[in-house]
Amino acid sequence: MSIFEYNGSAVVAMVGKNCFAIASDRRLGVQLQTIATDFQRVFKIHDKLYIGLSGLATDAQTLYQRLVFRHKLYQLREERDMKPQTFASLVSALLYEKRFGPYFCQPVIAGLGEDNEPFICTMDCIGAKELAKDFVVSGTASESLYGACESMYKPNMEPEELFETISQALLSSVDRDCLSGWGGYVLLVTPTEVQERVLKGRMD
Amino acid sequence: MAGAMDLPAKGGFSFDLCRRNAMLAEKGLKMPGFRKTGTTIVGLVFQDGVVLGADTRATEGPIVADKNCEKIHFMAPNIYCCGAGTAADTEAVTDMVSSQLQLHRYATGRESRVVTALTLLKSHLFSYQGHVSAALVLGGVDVTGPHLHTVYPHGSTDTLPFATMGSGSLAAMSVFESKYKEGLTREEGIQLVSDAICAGIFNDLGSGSNVDVCVITKGKTEYLRNHQLPNPRTYVSSKGYSFTKGQTEVLSTKITQLKPKVEVTESDAMEE
Repeated sequence: MSIFEYNGSAVVAMVGKNCFAIASDRRLGVQLQTIATDFQRVFKIHDKLYIGLSGLATDAQTLYQRLVFRHKLYQLREERDMKPQTFASLVSALLYEKRFGPYFCQPVIAGLGEDNEPFICTMDCIGAKELAKDFVVSGTASESLYGACESMYKPNMEPEELFETISQALLSSVDRDCLSGWGGYVLLVTPTEVQERVLKGRMD
Repeated sequence: MAGAMDLPAKGGFSFDLCRRNAMLAEKGLKMPGFRKTGTTIVGLVFQDGVVLGADTRATEGPIVADKNCEKIHFMAPNIYCCGAGTAADTEAVTDMVSSQLQLHRYATGRESRVVTALTLLKSHLFSYQGHVSAALVLGGVDVTGPHLHTVYPHGSTDTLPFATMGSGSLAAMSVFESKYKEGLTREEGIQLVSDAICAGIFNDLGSGSNVDVCVITKGKTEYLRNHQLPNPRTYVSSKGYSFTKGQTEVLSTKITQLKPKVEVTESDAMEE
């Protein structure tokens, strides 16, 4: 069994019109046994920047703690929040530093940059950045997520429509993956507000 | 152990997690595959300079992770480098050498030379004995003329009039071997490079999507991103999926208003 399949995860982020949405499943398992159904995979860096971490849960939490530490130092020195592109470079550098003994995490970064331009990107576990203009996926359900997002995504969706699309893509994909699911968590960020919703999904 | 969280790292690789990862591997957990670039990358020398070409597919095992990634990396205004192999390694090594070249330009006050980039790349890759898996096609024009080199993951290099690397290199090389001649014009060079990349795109499963071309001549570099798009997405349904509002069942909602940030700026004293 691969190290990424130890805990199971599904994370997806999509770009809309001046907004973005990032969603994850809620299962934490130890191989085939489910331990928790309210596990947090999407973390806040600052008001307009979020990171979802799929893969080994312990590395996800450690990596998140290190990133928050680096961002707080940055805020103290620069007296402002980090731009999403800068943060993506920071995550990439942190992961590549561990090139020969990596963190087993695949991050999905989503944020609103200058002029509230949405930014999403994903990386493999050693920091190879993939910037996308439409959607990025990660986790054990990634193959299903690629398919679902490829068909359901439309450019320039308004926040309500983006929420429905990302939720349907997530729920339909995790239904085809044993190791992820047990509900969904969707976070939608527009320039003025942040909407967090917990989805009702199949609990199997 | 106290130092790990206190100071930001000084640079270079850190081997903290190697022991833990080796223990996990012993317990039977498989190590992950990294994103590779599959790839067809090519370069050729024409009468006025160098033309580089690359496809745009990034793969993660058999899945296409990125349909339009950039494989032609900037090294210096007159030097570009195409990368094949592990994506993180090609990006990191080209970024690192690009920064070193910039510092060298500041120190010497001169335009960078291709052999400088070549030596920096080969010594880094050799010192990691092939574990940094980056196969590169390096091309540029400097005061000594146009140059084209290939760099292998173990650190060996070749200097060639035309070169191909990556999983699609055989397909591309067959096109070059049939049609290459010395003294090509710019249009002929771009056409030949595009043909070679298309050969890789259509015949090699690890390469696909679009053709990127970069033309470097004395004093001028043109990066033609997505020069050809031979694989358009034609199967999209015009209706698309549309979900009605409220279709997804939601258990709980929490909406937080974002406070607009107030900026404090230095202002002039009151005007008289």
